Amino acid sequence: MSFWTRHQVFEKNSIILIVAILLVIAIGGLVEITPLFYLKSTIEKVDGIRPYTPLELAGRNVYVREGCYLCHSQMIRPLRDEVERYGHFSLAAESMFDHPFQWGSKRTGPDLARVGAKYSDDWHVTHLTNPRAIVPQSVMPGYPFLAQTAVDPDTIADHMRTLRTIGVPYTDDQIASAGADMKAQADPDNAGTDAFAKRYAKAAVRNFGGKTGTPTEMDALIAYLQMLGTLVDFKLYNEKANLR
Amino acid sequence: MVCGAVFFQRESAMRQPSNSKSMTIGESGLAAVFAITAYVCVIASAKALDAPFAFHAALGAAGSLAAVFCIVNRYFDRPAALPPAEVNGRPNYNMGPIKFSSFMAVFWGIAGFLVGLIIASQLAWPALNFDLPWTSFGRLRPLHTSAVIFAFGGNVLIATSFYVVQKSCRVRLAGDLAPWFVVVGYNFFILIAGTGYLLGVTQSKEYAEPEWYADLWLTIVWVTYLLVFLGTVVKRKEPHIFVANWFYLAFIVTIAVLHLGNNPALPVSVFGSKSYIAWGGIQDAMFQWWYGHNAVGFFLTAGFLAIMYYFIPKRAGRPIYSYRLSIIHFWALIFLYIWAGPHHLHYTALPDWTQTLGMTFSIMLWMPSWGGMINGLMTLSGAWDKLRTDPVLRMLVVSVAFYGMSTFEGPMMAIKVVNSLSHYTDWTIGHVHSGALGWVGFVSFGALYCLVPWAWNRKQLYSLKLVNWHFWIATLGIVLYISAMWVSGILQGLMWRAYTSLGFLEYSFIETVEAMHPFYIIRAAGGGLFLIGALIMAYNLWMTVRVAEQEVQMMPVALQPAE
Repeated sequence: MSFWTRHQVFEKNSIILIVAILLVIAIGGLVEITPLFYLKSTIEKVDGIRPYTPLELAGRNVYVREGCYLCHSQMIRPLRDEVERYGHFSLAAESMFDHPFQWGSKRTGPDLARVGAKYSDDWHVTHLTNPRAIVPQSVMPGYPFLAQTAVDPDTIADHMRTLRTIGVPYTDDQIASAGADMKAQADPDNAGTDAFAKRYAKAAVRNFGGKTGTPTEMDALIAYLQMLGTLVDFKLYNEKANLR
Repeated sequence: MVCGAVFFQRESAMRQPSNSKSMTIGESGLAAVFAITAYVCVIASAKALDAPFAFHAALGAAGSLAAVFCIVNRYFDRPAALPPAEVNGRPNYNMGPIKFSSFMAVFWGIAGFLVGLIIASQLAWPALNFDLPWTSFGRLRPLHTSAVIFAFGGNVLIATSFYVVQKSCRVRLAGDLAPWFVVVGYNFFILIAGTGYLLGVTQSKEYAEPEWYADLWLTIVWVTYLLVFLGTVVKRKEPHIFVANWFYLAFIVTIAVLHLGNNPALPVSVFGSKSYIAWGGIQDAMFQWWYGHNAVGFFLTAGFLAIMYYFIPKRAGRPIYSYRLSIIHFWALIFLYIWAGPHHLHYTALPDWTQTLGMTFSIMLWMPSWGGMINGLMTLSGAWDKLRTDPVLRMLVVSVAFYGMSTFEGPMMAIKVVNSLSHYTDWTIGHVHSGALGWVGFVSFGALYCLVPWAWNRKQLYSLKLVNWHFWIATLGIVLYISAMWVSGILQGLMWRAYTSLGFLEYSFIETVEAMHPFYIIRAAGGGLFLIGALIMAYNLWMTVRVAEQEVQMMPVALQPAE
């Protein structure tokens, strides 16, 4: 019986055909995806990575909602020009708590993986409100409405609880004080800033948006942008131990 | 249903009087399920934590009530007996859902091309963002991609698959209400997804942006789609399953697997729109592009190859060039495609072994792709002269040529060295559009030009001359679009890595943005031409359906030369 005659078993039985399709398409995905969950070399061993603070998390949700990832990547490739332009190439560990990941696929604007601490908060407020006020050739949309929308300190704990269920290591303490921490991070005069700083290493406490009162989406987004890529101290990072 | 008069044509055979008329289990069951859904949606809308969720729940309630009304209304209107499977020994094909999907395909196509033109213009003239949340690029771009891929492409696939599976199996479509549930339910998913993007509801996974509740709804619709399709194949009157149906089946099954694999998410509250995806960081990236590339491979390729395998032989009046090649084409394509995802993640934090696997399989993928192209093109053997006289066939054949071009470009861009230049630039956008406009767009237009006269039982199209205009305007648009993106992409990639003689980076980022401006204008012009072509098609198809047969201008088809 020739190959072509044997093949008729698929052409004449829809169930056999469908099972064969499932088997054939399963192989590639299984081989490429499953090892990423257990191969230890997949994510580097690095100090300093922590989950997002409540304010940063709220800012990250604004980043996701407005589709920033459609024009800005957060993934610096180990190429000479990229490392010189943006900084150390991105590590897998730096996005290990990102649900979803924000590596992006297009750079209509520059990479943001290490934009943290590169510009002042004021620069970000002006730029987000009207990009062309500060970069005349920019094609970025303006987001003046962010400063008019408050973030909600009451529901952010629910978000953190959800993230903990899917593997982000928030502590009970962090979740219990989420709302207070959110207000404290945006207000240096707040009584809770010391407690907040203990809960989140290397988290900046500033009035990011420049206005007093309840933190807005502008505060949150800038808090998020200002921490991007700042958690790992590359002076202490062991490059050789993590070569893959 | 919506536009019921246009889509339902009641056969006189169905109007036989009968004294016992009762609701089928399907009718009463589905009406009950929708009644419960309406109730649940009203509660969800009242308890919603955010405005978009309240709006979507209200839409769900309204849609469910409309469904109950339509089911009951149809019951009162229909004769006691359901449409027979055969009339006078010939299959009684079910054309209603096909007409609905074809109509929606044209509607969403124009909407999607229009949004594409808007966002292309925003990149050239950023003032067009109007600094409002729901008109900014970041929210409109997913609207564009989903409208063209899932709304336009999806409706074309559903319409053609329901047509092809009936004709090639020579049986009536399985199910009574189920095919209607698939086409209307799918378009309701599009409505939820699209309005969600404008309101800022997104999980930010490219081409899988809809949130958890839309994903759940799509899962139900898609499983029903699979059951209707499979049910029709199972009761076929032909011993062999026709090759186009293999591709449709692979498309439907694999999209279900990809959808479920990429989208497991935990909602913050069942009364809110926001959820967090179960996968994180590197695993999420790999799942995303395993999904993302195979949305291209199985939605935009396997599904439309099924169209190629049915409509080109049919239109050319020639058999498929090689049956054996189609067997090799099929298995090699579906096996290799699934591996190609990591080429979207070259030089990222994804481990090198995964990147190398992705690159290797992407290059191998060139072979089955061109095998399929050859099979499609060579089907014209002995009928090449028809390209001169039949613009519909010309559209179908040129789509296969574009398929060949972009399936060469794709493997080339998957080579890591090439990718280091092309990635993150407009070259990727250009590549996508040579496939999307040239291949998917043209093969869809060609299929619609065939399908509409067949489904509405018209002798021919209203005007072949307008098809000709559509073909040339759209082709010119594609050429402008993709060549502008080649130049801008390669230019920007080279500018990013340019060094001065002193060893400094030569250009700041914003200088590379400025350099894109003229190409963004050319691209928008190309997209505008493509949209004009689609409007011509919409008019032509509308007139084909509306104009009574005797009024159709009897054009001497065989004698009309191609311009």
